[in-house]
Amino acid sequence: MLEHAWIIPLIPAVSFVLILAIGKKLPRGGSEIGIASVAICFVLALAVGAGWVSRVNNPPVIEPGHELVLQGELGAAASERMAATAAEEGDQQATATEGAATGGDIADTDGEAEHHGTPPVQRSVSWLSNGGVDINAGFLIDGLATLMLIVVTFVSLLVHIFSTDYVAGDRRYTHFFAFLSLFTASMLFFVISDNTLQMIVGWELVGLCSFALIGHWWEEKANSDAALKAFLVNRVGDVGLLCGMIVLYFAAGRTFDTLTLNTLANAGEIRHLLLLVGSLSLMTAVMSKSGQFILHTWLPDAMAGPTPVSALIHAATMVVAGVYMIARLYGVFFNGLSIGTSNINIMAIIGAVTLIFGGLLAFVQSDIKKVLAYSTVSQLGYMVMALGVGAWTAGIFHLFTHAIFKACLFLGAGSLAHHIHSFEMKDDMGGLRKVMPWTYRTFMVATAALVAIPPFAGFWSKDEILVGAQQLGGDGGYPLMLVMGTLGAALTGAYMTRAIWYVFFGERRGASATHDMHENGPRIVIPLVLLAVGATFAGFTNIPNTGALSFVPDGLAMRFEHFVEPVGAYFPSAANGFGHPNFNIGIAIVSTLVGLAGVAGAYLWYWKGLGPQGITERNKFARAGYVVLDKKYGLDILYVDVIAGSVKGPIARAANWFHENVIDGVVDFVGTGLRDTGGWIYKYIDQGAIDTVVNSAGAAADGSGEVLRKTQTGKVQAYGAYFFLGAAVLAAILIVIAS
Amino acid sequence: MKDLLNGWGATAVVFLPLVGAAVMLLIPKSEETLHKVVALATSLVVLAVGVALVADFEYGDKAAGMQFLQDKTWIEIINSRYIMGIDGISLPLIALTVLMVPLVIIYSWNHFPEPHDPKSFLALLLLLQTGMIGCFVAQDLLLFFVFFELVLLPMYFMIGVWGGDDRKYASLKFFLYTAFGSALMIVAILATYFLSPKVNIDGELMHTFSMIELTKWGGAGLARTTAILIFGGFFMGFGIKVPMFPFHTWLPDAHTQAPTQGSVILAAVMLKLGTYGFVRIAIPILPEGAQWWAPVIGGLAAIGIIYGALGCLAQTDMKRLIAFSSVAHMGYVMLGISTLTSWGINAAIFGMVAHGLITGLLFFIAGSVKDRYHTLEIKRLSGLLIKAPRLGWLLAFACMASLGLPGLAGFWGEFPAVLAAYSPAAGLNIELFRVYMVVGAIGTVFAASYLLWLLQRVAFGTPTEEFENEPIEDMHLTDYLAWSPLVLLIVVLGIYPNLLFKITDPAVVQSLSAIGSGS
Amino acid sequence: MLLNQFLILAAVLFCIGVYGVISRRNGVLVLMSVELILNSVNINLVAFSAMTGTVSGQVFALFVIAVAAAEVGVGLAIVLAIFRTHRTVDIDHVDTMKG
Repeated sequence: MLEHAWIIPLIPAVSFVLILAIGKKLPRGGSEIGIASVAICFVLALAVGAGWVSRVNNPPVIEPGHELVLQGELGAAASERMAATAAEEGDQQATATEGAATGGDIADTDGEAEHHGTPPVQRSVSWLSNGGVDINAGFLIDGLATLMLIVVTFVSLLVHIFSTDYVAGDRRYTHFFAFLSLFTASMLFFVISDNTLQMIVGWELVGLCSFALIGHWWEEKANSDAALKAFLVNRVGDVGLLCGMIVLYFAAGRTFDTLTLNTLANAGEIRHLLLLVGSLSLMTAVMSKSGQFILHTWLPDAMAGPTPVSALIHAATMVVAGVYMIARLYGVFFNGLSIGTSNINIMAIIGAVTLIFGGLLAFVQSDIKKVLAYSTVSQLGYMVMALGVGAWTAGIFHLFTHAIFKACLFLGAGSLAHHIHSFEMKDDMGGLRKVMPWTYRTFMVATAALVAIPPFAGFWSKDEILVGAQQLGGDGGYPLMLVMGTLGAALTGAYMTRAIWYVFFGERRGASATHDMHENGPRIVIPLVLLAVGATFAGFTNIPNTGALSFVPDGLAMRFEHFVEPVGAYFPSAANGFGHPNFNIGIAIVSTLVGLAGVAGAYLWYWKGLGPQGITERNKFARAGYVVLDKKYGLDILYVDVIAGSVKGPIARAANWFHENVIDGVVDFVGTGLRDTGGWIYKYIDQGAIDTVVNSAGAAADGSGEVLRKTQTGKVQAYGAYFFLGAAVLAAILIVIAS
Repeated sequence: MKDLLNGWGATAVVFLPLVGAAVMLLIPKSEETLHKVVALATSLVVLAVGVALVADFEYGDKAAGMQFLQDKTWIEIINSRYIMGIDGISLPLIALTVLMVPLVIIYSWNHFPEPHDPKSFLALLLLLQTGMIGCFVAQDLLLFFVFFELVLLPMYFMIGVWGGDDRKYASLKFFLYTAFGSALMIVAILATYFLSPKVNIDGELMHTFSMIELTKWGGAGLARTTAILIFGGFFMGFGIKVPMFPFHTWLPDAHTQAPTQGSVILAAVMLKLGTYGFVRIAIPILPEGAQWWAPVIGGLAAIGIIYGALGCLAQTDMKRLIAFSSVAHMGYVMLGISTLTSWGINAAIFGMVAHGLITGLLFFIAGSVKDRYHTLEIKRLSGLLIKAPRLGWLLAFACMASLGLPGLAGFWGEFPAVLAAYSPAAGLNIELFRVYMVVGAIGTVFAASYLLWLLQRVAFGTPTEEFENEPIEDMHLTDYLAWSPLVLLIVVLGIYPNLLFKITDPAVVQSLSAIGSGS
Repeated sequence: MLLNQFLILAAVLFCIGVYGVISRRNGVLVLMSVELILNSVNINLVAFSAMTGTVSGQVFALFVIAVAAAEVGVGLAIVLAIFRTHRTVDIDHVDTMKG
């Protein structure tokens, strides 16, 4: 299957065409085609996974020129690439022989096999050609791509199933499934692409699907506005993407191939300046696609789309495209930003700022999907920060666990809103714990995973990020990132507790009070349960066996890292400063406690603070919580009052204000400003100046003709007189000149 | 068959439309259906010849040289010869032309613009086709010039007779503007003729108009200033046709006033005559002049990209907006050309074809909207997707293609052009071109904004009160027939760009050999 | 050499001719004045021919005479046509070419 992975994106692409063509005539409006295709993809992805696992366990003996020889004709490009791969193989052998020289690994306890690495599977065919050189399109299967294939197809499959119930009866049911298929195809195409050009294509295609699905109900202007905003903000990032990829194309000696690019970057054969410029440009793209501060503004608005779309595209898969791109081009970013040797770098800062900022914003939302959206922003910040501090596996691991539990949360939100068609937690929800037990249970599990309570999935991945921030990088690690990451854990705990309070506890309010609320059918509940199971156990795939956990046997520990993290010349090695952190029981306990403190703070605030007195106004509320806390915990007073109070009130408000007025204001200002500029230029310069020149040329000809026509008397003798006069003048001139 | 094609294929594809037009002249005006049938049959025969040429064309390295070459005496006294030939650069454009004309005829079938008169309209269209294909096939400067001018007249009448309210102004502006450019171009052609070395024709040394010979000469021994001046003449002639900023003002007027069919032909094929001229004539013959002019062209192109987009944002008329978008898109094409690299010029040719298909489709759609709503004012159109869903989705598709979405044809004209600007040919100012690159990349944001804004206002939302209860027909049979080849090609070329790159690349590399800049 | 005298004669004739062409109202007289101009040219041609001793000038003079005959023929026909339409040969009345 590894050799034929290109089939996987092809299936949903065909499904897209089929659904559009015949979907409306089918009894289930085309959804059956979509589900069948994604199910097949999921099975194939699992087969790829199995193939990859066996490949890692029994790495193929590298036969020169066998593994990476291209299909089709071997043009000049192929020979160039052969040279690159030869270099790569040479490097791999060199790594093996220099085993001792590359010592100093921080925690490389893995077997000898990993030193050789498992060569990725790459196949490509000519796609376009230029200057006599073929540019290929192909696929690249390694651990990362395999992981993404499985995650995308899994979540997509569940979302498809969920949607058959959720959007049943929608005015554009068929169209919805068609675009889900197209999205799945584009995303799969993106993750298995073996060159940056293809990545651009996939990157923009997922953006298109996002646009189409956010604007699914385009009759309302707000929805189409959100869709436009998403597309345009992403386009701004795409400027960086295009520029970055172009810089890297030339920096790597005119190749789009990611393996070659990374290999050259790791080998130090690309000027550092070019790598830096390339990675900074690409960071812009990451910021827009993966919702990093300051280009995150589109993501909350994107919640205008149907909820399954939010779960699939704006939580689990598309928004991590930026994270995936960093991971895929890690050689470039790692060396370009000097991740392995610094204590601070732009990627880590962006991630850290995003995670705090996104978390703060989640406090002031009354729409549960917006809470989850800001939570996604915050978690994406974690991933980017992880990659920024050099904890590659931690970042990707978090991507993996986050995809599962956040999809669960979003689908849970959809399940809650299915009857009442409202996502307002404050106005339309409350007390739903009893009437929707399965939704409640799965939501709680996923929340536990998000808040990083052991042993749920989020704990393991978040913990790895934090130890990465502590131990990796230059001397002293990334202390700022460690602090911010830990603070983020508290925020996460607090805002999720708040959301749960509003949704599941207290009185049923608004629409939920008037509706007959009951648990949804199996097509909604089963995906929730499956995801909740995943959220519970996914973390064990990368359970560490260092530090306090050294009792875990080798065969069970760090399986995720073992199979997903690439080893080879195309991935940073210890020689570049890349390392693996050890499990640190101190950090694990502290971060868990901080997260729980957040939960506890919010708990006290909402559960205890509400009290029997029935105080509903916020200030009294706070005062009541103050009193309760004063009596019960004493020391926590300061914490809740100062931190939770100020965070919940002024800071979050200020952040929101900043977000709405400054950042969004700038966007709006630029938008209207551009339009006005366009109008002005058109009116005054185009129609005024340039066109006037053109018209006045015509007018001048016309006017002079008007004057000269007076001389045309029509009298032959007058003409004769002109003629002789002219002849006389010419004669006079001739005489003057001749004399 | 093959011999016939090799000898006469190029001539046939050029002059068959003229034969059709001549036949139509013999048929009385009242036989409208017969006229339509004859015109369609002619254009289909031309299409068949075109397909035969494409099928018979030898790809690979041979695409660099002229094929189907025909070289006959024409005007002996000045050694202007009837040289017709096709290579990898012209083949895609010929294919585009032979495809577009039958589609336009099919589209027109039931809705001829006022004052109707299919006979004259279709005969002019066929005449136009002869001129356009002739430009792409002619390999003699004088012959090229004749075809280049031949194109003007039918278009002038199309706009002037069948156009909108302000048609007289628009058609005259179009004619005079381009004629002005042509005047400078003929000077440049004559200068080239007299300043190039004589060649041996049947034992006699004579000056030559042959582009093949002149390309071989490549301006060797010409004083630098002279080369620059001559290139300037070509620049004016071709630049106005493209149209480049600031010579673009005839375009929005012409497009807005022209009938749908005229707009489609104008956008799809005629604008390409200018860019083709740069690639085929100006740059290979005068590489040194091109080197001097490249930063200027690149700068104007970069301005055009942003400027065209800003112009689009200001428009209230859908057709005028599409017309302005052509200025921006042709900016990318010219940016590619100005880099003088194979990336840039391959991208430019791809961009020409893609722009032809996409903007052609957009104008078709705009024409259909106008037929149904009798207005193109954007704020009065809303909820097209509700009134006519298929038309609306097609508009969405065309907008996406036009904004350069990867996977559709537009992307392969834009991205490589921007890419090429990062590393222009040796001798050009790298920093300057990198600025152009960034401007070009930013232009993609603008392109997305005006097209999506258009889409939002026209297709999304609910219909305005005015048209709420008005029945709006969705697509007709002729629409399906005329548009589906365009949609198909946009998708196919987007997915597998090699279809064009493989054809153009050898010829482009060949034509750049004088610049000596590899890729 | 007698050349100067011939040239002066020719110049005088020419001037008279020009005066006639510009000032006469009658179409026929205008034509006759044109003849005067042509003949002054003939005199010049013959004179120069004699001076240089070649015959080409005389050949040209013969040409001019032939052309002049043709011109008078056409010119008189035009005058006749004008007379038929305008009932006059006064060329001040012939200004249909007025711009």
